[in-house]
Amino acid sequence: MKRFGGQAAFINRDDINTDEIIPAKYLTEITKTALKPHLLEDLHLEGQIFDPHADEIQKANVLVTGSNFGCGSSREHAVWALEVNDINLVIGKSFARIFRQNMFNCGILAIELQQADLDALFAMPGIITISVDLEQETITAVSDAPETETRTCSFTLNSFDKQLVAAGGWLNFADQNY
Amino acid sequence: MGQTITEKIFAAHKRDTPAPDNMVLDLDVIMCHEITTPIAIMDLVEKGMDRVCDPTKIKAVIDHVTPAKDSKTATQAKIMRDWAARHNIQDFFDIGQNGVCHALFPEKGFIRPGYTVIMGDSHTCTHGAFGAFAAGVGTTDLEVGILKGVCAFRAPQSLKIEVTGTLQPGVVAKDIILHIIKQLTVNGATDMVIEFCGPVITAMNMSSRMTLCNMAVEAGATSGVCLPDEVTAQYLWPFIKDEYDSIEAAISDFSKWHSDADAVYAKELSVDVTDLSPQVTYGYRPDNVKDVAELAGTKIDQVYIGSCTNGRIEDVREAAAILKGKVVAPGVRGILTPATPGIYSQALEEGLIKIFMDSGFCVLNPTCGACLGMSSGVLAEGEVCASTTNRNFNGRMGKGGMVHLMSPASAAAAAVTGVITDPRQLSS
Ligand code: SF4
Repeated sequence: MKRFGGQAAFINRDDINTDEIIPAKYLTEITKTALKPHLLEDLHLEGQIFDPHADEIQKANVLVTGSNFGCGSSREHAVWALEVNDINLVIGKSFARIFRQNMFNCGILAIELQQADLDALFAMPGIITISVDLEQETITAVSDAPETETRTCSFTLNSFDKQLVAAGGWLNFADQNY
Repeated sequence: MGQTITEKIFAAHKRDTPAPDNMVLDLDVIMCHEITTPIAIMDLVEKGMDRVCDPTKIKAVIDHVTPAKDSKTATQAKIMRDWAARHNIQDFFDIGQNGVCHALFPEKGFIRPGYTVIMGDSHTCTHGAFGAFAAGVGTTDLEVGILKGVCAFRAPQSLKIEVTGTLQPGVVAKDIILHIIKQLTVNGATDMVIEFCGPVITAMNMSSRMTLCNMAVEAGATSGVCLPDEVTAQYLWPFIKDEYDSIEAAISDFSKWHSDADAVYAKELSVDVTDLSPQVTYGYRPDNVKDVAELAGTKIDQVYIGSCTNGRIEDVREAAAILKGKVVAPGVRGILTPATPGIYSQALEEGLIKIFMDSGFCVLNPTCGACLGMSSGVLAEGEVCASTTNRNFNGRMGKGGMVHLMSPASAAAAAVTGVITDPRQLSS
């Protein structure tokens, strides 16, 4: 099975919508790779400048964010834009239904954490690397900053979501079962 | 224990239960448009799975950018067109017959009470107005729907909203739904189906019910739904008259999809609309809602009347009633795009198009156009649009543009004055 996790990028905002993840003007693309340079291109963060091409985003395999991530348009392009940028895991307080389903349908992970755990992740200094144990339903965050404690948080995934990830996505699952 | 309409539809369509909380449903209708479908088609072709489960269940349209605006959109349309021909999809709508999916498909009678419906489009919830379960999905779900005729959902909970009171003149369904989204917030209904009921809903026509259900997703809902009744049966009658002896028979059959009196809801809400005034959004979230009066005087550059939320004939009439005999304010661009060819020709017949043109509006062919900022009325940086659409996200109608969502009457009033205006000041 695919391995999940890696270096994390942090975007502390709620309600990031799919227009912000990938603007509508790129919906005319008919290949997923064409979306690669445009991830989070239109994202605005109050009081700070967000640069989607910053190192933190470019090197990330994991995105950590707030609540209701992926709301708005149903475009799976939002998930593909993450995928083609090697992001295989989004961690947040909650997700919009269609976005969340699209993630698991593509065989990658959208994991919901308690607010206290999320706050702790956001507070960790240094470069953070996150790994996932699907069996134990835990994620572990390790910082490269000296004397920073490693943090392990638990989550729950329902068994259907796990089956989708194991099958490599909904198309494979449906083809095997229906 | 009683069941909600959604639980009844799920039970009647259940194919599998892959996990205690998840159900795989058989689908009645799979709708497709040229933005999210071509990539599904290409993927199926690449995987050697270029098949469709049942061409009669598939309804396809080119609506988001039509006519094509460049080579890329032309290619998307061509992929759809070739695919529809290859698989003998009869219900395929191209130039001349095409219109905004969520306005066109109901008009063709494709959606019936008790149906399960998916589309690669978040506003698929619109079709819940017919007492169906209709949900927006991503491209992979669409692919599986096309190929296998099934879709998986979490067993949804229901949120019941009873709408009571008496609407004041000049206050319409759009104002009600904006007011409701303000209360629920943008994720207040996540993983739930919003069931709209109560005397105000019973008295509403299908167009208004579609406006309500259309924006259910803006509160995070899986879908919206109205219980099918006489209004539903009257609307569908031309399409179902061979199936029932009388309208009464259809109404009584539809009642099998009514929620039971002892059905269990995750949440219940009662909204009295008697004191409601016209509503408008500010900022970049659809739950940022105020009374129009609070934003009165805000300068606008463009007015956009159309979309799956408010591009139907009733909406065109509502706006025309304000525009009649008046002209668009200097410096304001007015754009009308009737949502379907049927609506367009009806508006022509009723002299409404002339009212729009005389007032200085540009009248476009049916298309999604500027609603998603892809063509026909994209905003420039810093411009402000009074719009009857459903999303005010940052950049939605063009990078750096600001969108204020409102009713067709409010949008028409803004066109005439050049600033956000309570339409009741102009209609009297
Ligand atoms: S009119 Fe706007 S919201 Fe409706 S389907 Fe078209 S793009 Fe989507």
